[in-house]
Amino acid sequence: MSKLEKVLYGNRLKPFLFLVGLILMLPFVVKSSYIFTILILIGIYSIVTLGLCLLIGYAGQISLGHAAFFGIGAYTSGVLTTSFQLSPWLALVIGMVTTFFIAYLIGIPILKLKGHFLALATLGINIIFYILILGLNQLTGGAAGLIGIPSLSLFGLPLTDKLFFYFFVWTAALLVLLLSLNIVRSHVGRVLRSIHDSEIATETLGVKVENYKVAIFALSAAFASLAGSMYAHYITFVAPPTFYITKSILFLIMVMVGGAGSVWGAILGTTVIMFLNEIIRFVGHTYFGISGEVEIVVYGLIIILIMMFLPKGLMHVISKPIQKLKQKKKVKIKSHKDMISQKGV
Amino acid sequence: MSKLLEVRGLTKQFGGVTAVSEISFDVGAGEIVAVIGPNGAGKTTLFNMISCFLSPTNGEAYFKGNKLTGQKIPQLAHLGIARTFQNLQIFHNLTVLENVMMGAHVKLKTNVVNAAFRLPRILKDERIAYDLALDAIHLVGLEELMFEQAGQLSYGLQKQLEFARAIVYKPDFIMLDEPMAGLNDYETNRMAGYIKKLKSEGISFLFVEHKMATVMELADRIIVLDFGKKIAEGTPDEIQQNAKVIAAYLGEEVV
Amino acid sequence: MELLMQYIVTGLTVGSIYALLAIGFVTVYNITGILNFAQGEFAMIGALTCITFVNAGLPMYASIIFAILISATIGLIVERTAILHARNTSVIILIIITIGVSTFLKGMGLIIWGTNPKQLTPLIKMEPIHFMGAVINPQSIFIFIVLLILLAVLYVFFEKTYIGSALRACEKNPRAAKLMGINPSTMSALAFTLAAALGAIAGILITPITDATYEMGFLIGVKGFVGMVIGGMHSIPGAVAGALLVGLLETFSGGFISTFYSDAITFLVLILVLFFKPNGIFARASGERV
Repeated sequence: MSKLEKVLYGNRLKPFLFLVGLILMLPFVVKSSYIFTILILIGIYSIVTLGLCLLIGYAGQISLGHAAFFGIGAYTSGVLTTSFQLSPWLALVIGMVTTFFIAYLIGIPILKLKGHFLALATLGINIIFYILILGLNQLTGGAAGLIGIPSLSLFGLPLTDKLFFYFFVWTAALLVLLLSLNIVRSHVGRVLRSIHDSEIATETLGVKVENYKVAIFALSAAFASLAGSMYAHYITFVAPPTFYITKSILFLIMVMVGGAGSVWGAILGTTVIMFLNEIIRFVGHTYFGISGEVEIVVYGLIIILIMMFLPKGLMHVISKPIQKLKQKKKVKIKSHKDMISQKGV
Repeated sequence: MSKLLEVRGLTKQFGGVTAVSEISFDVGAGEIVAVIGPNGAGKTTLFNMISCFLSPTNGEAYFKGNKLTGQKIPQLAHLGIARTFQNLQIFHNLTVLENVMMGAHVKLKTNVVNAAFRLPRILKDERIAYDLALDAIHLVGLEELMFEQAGQLSYGLQKQLEFARAIVYKPDFIMLDEPMAGLNDYETNRMAGYIKKLKSEGISFLFVEHKMATVMELADRIIVLDFGKKIAEGTPDEIQQNAKVIAAYLGEEVV
Repeated sequence: MELLMQYIVTGLTVGSIYALLAIGFVTVYNITGILNFAQGEFAMIGALTCITFVNAGLPMYASIIFAILISATIGLIVERTAILHARNTSVIILIIITIGVSTFLKGMGLIIWGTNPKQLTPLIKMEPIHFMGAVINPQSIFIFIVLLILLAVLYVFFEKTYIGSALRACEKNPRAAKLMGINPSTMSALAFTLAAALGAIAGILITPITDATYEMGFLIGVKGFVGMVIGGMHSIPGAVAGALLVGLLETFSGGFISTFYSDAITFLVLILVLFFKPNGIFARASGERV
C-alpha cells in the first residue's frame, strides 16, 4: 500500500484480515447448524448490500427494487439448471450478465429521477418483476415456485455440505468486498461521493454523471444477481414472495443500519439485521408465545430508532473511537504531508 | 489578441419576457472581462447560457472556434472551461484535498472497470490528481486544512476552495459567478490576488460581480447589461465616464 | 357498452379511494417535503378500528367518527415522535423512517386484529342500481359522494379559513411563512393529522367492498402515491384526477388485458409518466424551469 493511499483512505488491510480471520475461525466455534445457515445467508445478502451501499451510500441514489435483481439471478439459475439442464456455473454467469444489461437499460432513463421519484420507480420495477414471475408460470412455476434446483459443486466437491458452502459464499463475498473497496478507494469513489453532494458541480468538472450512476446501478444489480444465484442453489427452491418489495426494503435497511457511508457498514448491517431478526423471533416465541409476523413491530421500531438517533449507521459509531485513537498518529501524518507538499511545489 | 470566447447574439426568452437580448462580445486570451449590471439585468442568465446550463432562444457562443451552444455540461471542462457558482457548490462531505482532487478529473483515465481491478493506471492517476491538487491548494493557501471536511470550513474558505477546485486542471478560461459575494475586504483582496496571478500565467476570466471596486481593479474590459441588453462595453475608465451606465446605476452605489 | 360502463363505475370507485390517499400525500408532501410511505396504513387502522367498534355494539356513525379520530391521533403521534426529529435529514433516511413506521403499524395491526379478513356491513342498505346496463353498487355512489363532499370541505378549509391559508402559505414558501409567524412545525403536525384522517376515511369506505386485513395498507397507499405523481405532485385537484385515472387504468387493463397483470400495467404507466412527463400528465408545457 502506497503512502499516498494511506493518507487518502486509511488502512484497509487490518479490517480485511480481521474479517478473514473471523470467517476462518467461526466454523470452529459455531456448532449449531441453524446458526451456520444464518451465517451463509449473511454472506449471500452481504453481496447484495455491498453493491447497494455503493449505489446508496456513495452515489446517493436510492433503490427500492434490488430484490428484483436478486430474483433475476435466482430465477435465471433456477430455470436454466432445471428446465434446460445447464451447468449451474454457466447459469450463474448468464444471470449476472443478463441482469447487468437489464439494469443498465433500465438505469439510463430511471436514474434521471431523484429522491422519492427514484424510490417509486424502482419500487414499481420490483412489483412488475414480482407479477411477471407469478404470471410466467410455465417457466417459473408461478406461485408454487421452482423446486429441485441442483446444488453447486466445485472441482467435484459437492457444496451440499454446509461448511463447504459457507466457505464458498464467503470467498465470493470477500471478492465482492475487495472489488467494492477498490472502487471506493480510487478516483471513482470520490466521483460517486461528489455526485452525492452536488451533481451540478460534478458535471462542471467534466464528469459524465449519468454514466457513473448507471454503471454503479448495473454493477450493484449484477452483484445482487450473483447473490440470487447462490441463494437458489443453496436453498434449492425459489418462490415469488422471496423477491417482493419487502426484501428490497430489508436490503435497504441493512445498508442504512450498518452505515451507508462505508462498505464495511454493509456487512455489519447485514449481520446485525439478520441476527436481530432471529433474536426477535426467538424471544417472541419463547417468552411471549407469539408467532407469525409479529416480530415486525419490534423490527419497525428498531429501524425507526436507529434512523432517528444514528442516521449514519452503526459503522459510524464503531469507527469514531478508532478515529480518536488515530488522532495521536495525526502528528505523524502531518509531517508526512509536509514532506509531500514541499515536493509538490 | 486572439479570440478565446466569442458570444454572438445570445438571446433568452422566458415565456413572453426577454431576459437577455442579442448580446455579443469577445474574450481574448489572457484577458479579464467583467459583466456588470443592476439586479435582474440578465447577468446570470447570460452566464448560464455561455456555460451550457441554459439553452438560448437565439444566438450562440464559440470557444476557440468550436461551437459551445448545445454542448453537454461535462464537455466544457474537456474544452478547457471551468466555472464556479454564485451559491457555492462544494462537496460538503469530502475533505478539502478530495474536493480539489476532483478538479483533476479531466486529466485522469480511471473508470469503474480499471478501478475495480486496481490496474496500475489507478495508482498513477491518484498521484497525478494529488500533485495537481497540491499545486492548487498551495496557490490558495489551504495546506493546513487539507484533511478537514469541506462542510466544516467558513464561507470565505469554502469560496477559496471552490476556486482552487476550478483551477486544478489548468483551464484556459475560467467563469466566476460573483466570486467576491459574501467575502470581507481581506478575503476579497486575497481572491483578487489569485485572479491576477493566474492572469499573469495567461489564463482568461469572465466574471459577474457586484463589488465595483474589485471590478474596476481587475477587469481589462467591462460589459454592462441593463434589462437584458448590452448598454456599454469598454475599459474601466470608459465605463466610469459612460452616461448610460451612470443612468442605469442611478440610485445605486457606483465605485 | 354495458361492460364499458361497468368498468368506468368500478374504476371511479377504486379511484376515489386512491384519491383520498392521494390528497393526504399531496398535503403532507407539499408542506413538509416528505413522502409518507406509512400513509396507507392509516386506511388499515381506520377500517379495522371501525369494525371493532361496530362489533362492540356502537352505532355505525359513532364508530366511524371514533375510528377517524383515533387514526388522526395516531397520525399526529407519528409526526411528533418519528418525523419531527428527523425532518431535516436526507430523503433516504426519511423514506426509511416512514417505511419503519409503516412496518410498525402493520405489525400492531397484526397483533391487535390477527390475520383473518374482517367485514363491514355497507353503510347504506340498498339494492344495486342498474344504470345504462351497469350494475352500480350503492356503496360506490356513496364513496363518490363522500369524495365530492370532502373536496368541497377541503376547498373551503384551504381557501376560506385561517389555518387553511397558513397551510397553503407553508406550501408556497416555508421561509416567508415562518417570517409571518406561521410555525412550520405546527403545520407539519396538522398535515400529518389531516392525511391520517383522510386515509382512515378511505379505509372505512373500501372495506364493505373488499374486506379489511392488517396488510391492506401498503399497496393502496402506493396506488395513491402513483395517482399523486401522475397528477403532478402539487395540487389536490391534480392528485384526485390522477388517482381516478389510476383507478380507471386498473379496471380497464384488468378488463381488456388481464386482471392478473393490471398492477404491473399500472406501474408500467407510472414509470412511463415519470420518464416522459415528470411534472405529471396535466402539467402545461412551460420552458421556465431554471
